[in-house]
Amino acid sequence: MRDYILRRLLLLPFIMFGVAFMTFLAYRIIPGDAAILHCQLECTPETVAALRHEFGLDRPPLPLSVDADPPFLQIHGNSQFGGWLGNVLRGDLGTSFSYRTPVTDELGHRVPITVELLVLTVILALSIGLPIGVLSAIRPATPADWLSRFLSVLFLSVPSFYLGILLITFGVVWFNWSPPQFGTGYVPLYDDPWINLQQFFFPALVLALGESAVLMRLTRSAMLEVMRNDYIRTAWSKGLRERAVVWRHALKNAIIPIITVIGLQIGGLLGGAVIVESLYNLNGMGKYILEAIIRRDIFVVQSVTLLFAVSYVVANLLVDLMYAWLDPRIRYA
Amino acid sequence: MAREVALPLEIEEERPEPRKRWKRVLSTARKHPLGVFGLGCVSLLFFCGIFADLIVPYNPEATLRETQTFGTLVDAIKPTDTRLKIAGATLEAGDNFDIDGERMLVVAILNSSGNTTSIQAQRSSSQQAHAAGATLELDTAIANTKPSWSHPFGTDHNAKDVLSRVIFGARISLLIGLTAIITGVTAGGFFGVISGYFGKIVDTIIQRCVDILLAFPAVVLLLAIITVVGDEDSSVRRFIARNTPLPNGEFLGIPTFLDVFIVALVIGLAVAVFTTRVVRGAVLSIKENVYVEAARAMGASDARIMWRHIFPNVAALVVILGSVLLPVAILAEAAISFLGVGVPLGTPSWGADLSDEKSRQNMLEGIWWPVFFPGLALSLVVLGFNMLGDAFRDLSDPRLRGSGLGGGGGGGAGGGPM
Repeated sequence: MRDYILRRLLLLPFIMFGVAFMTFLAYRIIPGDAAILHCQLECTPETVAALRHEFGLDRPPLPLSVDADPPFLQIHGNSQFGGWLGNVLRGDLGTSFSYRTPVTDELGHRVPITVELLVLTVILALSIGLPIGVLSAIRPATPADWLSRFLSVLFLSVPSFYLGILLITFGVVWFNWSPPQFGTGYVPLYDDPWINLQQFFFPALVLALGESAVLMRLTRSAMLEVMRNDYIRTAWSKGLRERAVVWRHALKNAIIPIITVIGLQIGGLLGGAVIVESLYNLNGMGKYILEAIIRRDIFVVQSVTLLFAVSYVVANLLVDLMYAWLDPRIRYA
Repeated sequence: MAREVALPLEIEEERPEPRKRWKRVLSTARKHPLGVFGLGCVSLLFFCGIFADLIVPYNPEATLRETQTFGTLVDAIKPTDTRLKIAGATLEAGDNFDIDGERMLVVAILNSSGNTTSIQAQRSSSQQAHAAGATLELDTAIANTKPSWSHPFGTDHNAKDVLSRVIFGARISLLIGLTAIITGVTAGGFFGVISGYFGKIVDTIIQRCVDILLAFPAVVLLLAIITVVGDEDSSVRRFIARNTPLPNGEFLGIPTFLDVFIVALVIGLAVAVFTTRVVRGAVLSIKENVYVEAARAMGASDARIMWRHIFPNVAALVVILGSVLLPVAILAEAAISFLGVGVPLGTPSWGADLSDEKSRQNMLEGIWWPVFFPGLALSLVVLGFNMLGDAFRDLSDPRLRGSGLGGGGGGGAGGGPM
């Protein structure tokens, strides 16, 4: 077990380096000079050169370059990649050149939004998916079971962006009601929890319905598996009430794979956050990266992509560790 | 000897009657109504996708126009007359209309009393006489019309027929889905077999690359690649345009074929990453089989062992992966088109139609059909694939057969958040 954790931890920096390198390289392939995109109409050769110098685009991109003439290999101490990586390690994610603000400042008020969205999503998904999944497993082949299975396939199939549009529209058209807008101002949780939760409820619900479908199916099959065990029969024959058998004895074991899957879905949820944030005009990380991609703001894109990848990989690692902690029978080779 | 010769005849007699087999299919179908529904949705997708240009009622790209009659000429006019007396029309200076095909421009309203209006008009060069009672006609784009018999799904704000766009959307979804799956699964199968078979350094290199690519959340990876590759003058795009027979403009009725194709390739890359990992895992156990050792002992080359002995054993897995990932690929296309970085705006793709800013604003005013129907089509297709997949799992898992259970495991396309 310890070896496994050590190996995963040792691999982590290499994967992160690879991710950083790939994002860096990808955005250096994009044609169209970022500086020219930035100055738009007032581009003169001088302003472009000045901008390129300001953004550091005139420095060699990689620390190593290969030439046809001797010296064949050149090492650059002032390369863009080296500089960026060094800054990232020191906690400086660079400066956006379309907003002219440091990326870390922007992230400071954007990360909490995304984190709150994801936490609410997981809470909602659990409170929808778990009870329905359990109900469907303890009453198999009844109308309740059929309904829950139908719901799970339905929620799994309706794309979040479509569901989001429908929720916005029918709220306005049928009930003449719309959730408090983000455009006019996002209210932090500690200022006014009620308005904040109203703002977050629908984006989180849209994400959570898809997630809850996965949980429903998983809960159902895990519970069906567990309910066949001998210790459950013992619990029944002791004369325990159904509630005790199901919630205290069965669910405790069934919950282990469910927690793992929630962790594995973090990647999907991060991607979903990009969609839902742009749909609901939520100024989180997802909207930031999408805007940056459309504006070709390469410094933002490479740093935020890196952040996305880091959170995903770390989440997966934590899930693996938690899995082993929750179920001591599990041994990693 | 004679008995053995007669044997084939007996087998012939024992073969079940065609009617019986048909009955068996029917009874299976009755047990899995949702599976049949799924099959219906998927068949409809393929039918619409393949025959899109034959079954669309209108051109999905064309602006629909219509001639409206809105008034009549009260007095007859001679070819040189510019003063018109008309009835039943409300006009303003600057309006255009046609009388018997002749274009008139309203210069000024002279006076209006009750139903009749006198106007000063500027006439086109082809001046002709018009009799009293000639109708005033106007050629207008028919935007945002409600669903009706002539436009079952209505028209959108660009005056395009939504039904035709939804049908063409099926073709684009299918084209992108199948291209992505075929390229992705082929590349993934290739690298997976190589990685698993050779092991050691080859395996390490390929698997670390896969690790890196899997470290990105899927949507973020797609966004990152598509902005690099899909750019107007990216090297990939130029390479494909120059070195393949793929047309740069319209093809198969799709106005921006090359862009659509590049989106498919990008999704295919994501499919390939996932497939490589899964196939490699399968190959690791397959290559330990005795028949592989036997083949090697007989002097077979690595390439031959991989192609003739290992690949046939992962082929089924690859096909299953492909069919499971097809709806995921279709959803991925819709998602990135929705985010505005997929197929170019105006392409009749479901995702792009859903993201149309104007349509979404109109929706708040009650014009729901241009957004509702493309989304419905997309949802039904994914729903169909999921239900079909569930039914297949029920049928193939002997433990659950007949119990009405099944549908276990996380599984399913989309994984929700897509």
